[in-house]
Formats: sequence, structure tokens, C-alpha cells
Amino acid sequence: MRREIPLIITGLVGIVFVVQYFIPHWPFNRMNAWFSDWFSIVQACAIWLGALNLLKISLEKIARRKSDWGYAVVIIASFLLITIIGFVEGESFRDPGTRFTWLYDFVYTPLSSTMFAILAFFVASASYRAFRARNFEATLLLLAAFFVMMGRVPVGDALTAFMPEGWRLTDLATWIMNFPQTAGQRAIMIGIALGIVSTSLRIILGIERSHLGGD
Amino acid sequence: MSTRIKEILVVALVLVFCAIIYIGKVSGWMKGVTFSPAVSMIVIILLAASLAVILVLTIRGRLVGRRTVFVYVGIAVALPLFMSISQYIPISPEVRTLHDGLEDLQDGSKVLVSFDYDPPSAPELQPMAESFFRYCMDRDFKIVIMGLWPQGPLQANQAMEKVLEDPKYAAKNYQYGVDWVNLGFQTGNEFVIQRMGTDFRSMFATDYSGANYETLPIVKNVKNFSNVDYVFNLSAGYPGTVEWVQVAVDRYGVKLGAGNTAVQAPQCYPYLRSGQLIGILGGMNGAAEFEKLTGHEAKGTKFMLSQSFSHMIVIAFIIIGNVAFFMGGRKKNLSV
Repeated sequence: MRREIPLIITGLVGIVFVVQYFIPHWPFNRMNAWFSDWFSIVQACAIWLGALNLLKISLEKIARRKSDWGYAVVIIASFLLITIIGFVEGESFRDPGTRFTWLYDFVYTPLSSTMFAILAFFVASASYRAFRARNFEATLLLLAAFFVMMGRVPVGDALTAFMPEGWRLTDLATWIMNFPQTAGQRAIMIGIALGIVSTSLRIILGIERSHLGGD
Repeated sequence: MSTRIKEILVVALVLVFCAIIYIGKVSGWMKGVTFSPAVSMIVIILLAASLAVILVLTIRGRLVGRRTVFVYVGIAVALPLFMSISQYIPISPEVRTLHDGLEDLQDGSKVLVSFDYDPPSAPELQPMAESFFRYCMDRDFKIVIMGLWPQGPLQANQAMEKVLEDPKYAAKNYQYGVDWVNLGFQTGNEFVIQRMGTDFRSMFATDYSGANYETLPIVKNVKNFSNVDYVFNLSAGYPGTVEWVQVAVDRYGVKLGAGNTAVQAPQCYPYLRSGQLIGILGGMNGAAEFEKLTGHEAKGTKFMLSQSFSHMIVIAFIIIGNVAFFMGGRKKNLSV
């Protein structure tokens, strides 16, 4: 039964979601509402599960003095700090002026923005070391990147200001984004969609069972 | 001098620079520090000359390391913030159609804004949020805020606080619950959008601070998407614009405009071409273009100079890297 019950739930929910898209009337609309609400409830529980799992893994790391266990101490300290402050502040913990908001605005926001900003340095360095015109395809990619990068900033327009309207770098970048790029994106999206449809059918029909975990 | 000591020196230099900027900002004297156009041009010429030197060195077989690239990117981002050069920002068709879609709305319309991003994407998306709020207030739109990302509603509050700091908008006396509301975050990704298609209340029984949905005049009569005139989605990934298109637009016929990070925007272009999306603000450039169209030149426009510089630096180093690559084909010791 450990496998059959999840398979029945998956099949039932999958079929209801497919049917209600085409027949949005009772009882499918009602079932759709139930299942959607349950999805939110399960996901909310999963957030807690994820947080507690992170806590458990970090505590184990410290207890066993694994490599980089110092970072685990920082994780636990930050986790406890923000959770305790959130609970102490009460229901209005996110209102402007609270200690929780102060931590969010002046600690969390700059730290996470900094982490993301580091990407700019890595992108520049990686482009310098790896973006090479090795063959025809790589040269095409390089040229497209060049025109889009130049065309997406005002300096590109300024450098080609002598050219007539419609022939400047910004226009070329717009053309690349609207046609070759969109065509490529569509091909990828259609491929992904077909893959999702076939995988979903396999899961709904109980053919694909890897999501239930191995015995 | 060892590499480690050099790294420590650079970090110390950056810290001193940041401390000076911070003290300057707090004490107020930093606001007035801007390079004149002449000084700005000298800085640009010096930068270009140093890049030319690097190119010559590369041709001669002396390659620069990645740390040099890092220093140049840092300079390209930081220095333009002090420069007083104005740039002409051309308007792309996707930004114009988004703006035109908003212009078609009547004053006092109800707009739903979904904040589906977190602080790492804020430098790109926060200027869009702020300029969108300014535009909404200019047109007396009623603003309903929500988030499919937990940090989204907090970002919305930051943007709203920033806009209300401006005396022009503070004087408008936008009242919470009447003119704008923050419904907060709800788990469930695209299922939240799907449920909102039939009943907003089922997903947002209370607002962000716990007030009952029924007690908020702005949303009291909002049952589903048919009671909202326009949806604007600010997105940095999943769940985001793609899910809003697939559920809200395809199923419920919502009028949707989107603001995306530059990385995510290309994924949304197929929806733009098919007419499912009214328009897209892509990255900082999109924010600057929207600011220009709405007449509120702010962060997006200011930061575009840094963006221009950093793009130029990256392109310059790609060219230098390729020069090294082709030279390396003839001289084995030159490959990077």
C-alpha cells in the first residue's frame, strides 16, 4: 500500500487537473479548488520541512566537525536569530520599523545582492577566458553576443548614431532578440513541453514511479 | 609581492573606498561629488588607453590574469556613478507596447502587481517597481500587490516607501486599504494564480498585516481577474512571468505586462511575439526606458551608465581574449 496509495492520489489529481481545464464545471471545478488548496498546504509544510532539514544537516556537520563546519554555525545562528526576532515581533513583524524589517533591509538585502553582483565579475572573467571564435557556430554566438551587448546599452546607439534610424546597433539587437533568439526559444519550449506531456502521462498512468523513491 | 598580499591590499582598498562612500552618504557631502563632463571624458580616455596597453601586451605575449579583469569590472561599475554624462536612451518596441497598454487604461483603474523576486534581483527589478508605482500614482490607479516569492511583498514595501518619500507622491495621500494594498505572499506557485482566477479570497484571506480581505475597500469587490484591469508581473525566475502567461493570460484572458531580469527576459520573448504579453521591461535597460517614457528618470537611468561601461569592458576583454587565442595559434605560449 505504500506505493499504491501515492500512485492512486497522483493519478486522480493528474486526471482531475487535465479534465478541469477542458470542463471547468462541477464537480471538476470543485475538485480543482480542493487540490489547489491542498497543494498550497503541502508546499507550506514543505517549507518548514526544508528549514528543519537544513537545521538538522547543519547541526550534524557541527557535531561531527566536518569540513567547513564554521559555516554551519553561521547558518544556525542566522536561522535562530531571524526566527526568534520574527516570533518576538508578533503578527506585525514585517511592518516598517521592526527589527525584522531592519535585518531584512540592512543585512539580508545587501548580503544577497552582493552575492549576486559577484556574478558580473565571474561572467566577465569567464567571457575573457572562454568566449572564443573556435569554429563557425562559436563565431556566430560571439557575434550575436557582441551585437546584443552593445545594442542593449545606450552607448551602442551612440556609436552608430551616424547610421539611419532602423540600422543602428539597438535595432540590430532588437532584431536578434525578436527573431533568431525567439525562434530558438520556441524550439526549446516546444521540446520541453512535449517532454513534460510525455513524462506527466507516464506519472499519471503509474508507468513512471521513480518519484516515489526506490525500495 | 605575493598574490595573497596583493589580494589583501585590493580588499583593503575596496573597504576603504566603501567606508568613504558610506561616511560621505551619511554626512551628506557625497551627494555633491560628481565628475564634470571633462573629468569624466579624461577618465574614459585613460580607461580606453589602459585597455589598449593590455591589448598590445597581449599581442606581445604577456597575458593579463583574471584579477585584472575583476579590477576593470569594478571600476566600470563604480566610477560611472560619479560621472555627469547624459546618455540618449532609445525606446525599444517591447517597452513602448507595455507603456501604450498602460496608457489605454482609464485613470483610477485597478492594477495587480505581482512581486516574484528576491533581493539578489532587486538592482534590476526594484527601479522598475518604483517607476511603475510612480506611474500608477500619477494616473490614480488602485494598486493591489501580491507575491509568489516569499520576499516579494517586502520588496514591494521597500519600493512603495521609496516612492512615498517623494513629496509629490506623499501629497497624493495614497491610503492603505483604499488606494493600495499588499496582500502578501502565498505558497503554491502557479496554483495560486489558478485559484485567483476563480476566487482571490481563497488565496488571500487576509492582507500582509493580517487585516481581513472583506474589510479592505480596495479589494472588497474583487472576486477574480475580471475585476482587475491590468496585471504587471516583476519576475526573476520560477514562479514568474511564464506561469502568469500560461495560467492567467491563456485561461482567464488577463492583460499582462512584465518586468524581467535581463537573464530571464529572452525566455519571455516568444510570448511577446504571440501577443500573450503586452510588453516586457528587460533588465536595467528596460527600467531606464520605462523611466524615460513615464518622465521619471531615476535609478534605472542613472545606473545605465555603469551598465554601458561594464558591457564595453566585457566586450573589450572578449576581443583581447580572442586576440590571444588567434596569436596562440601561431605561438603556442600565448593561449589564455
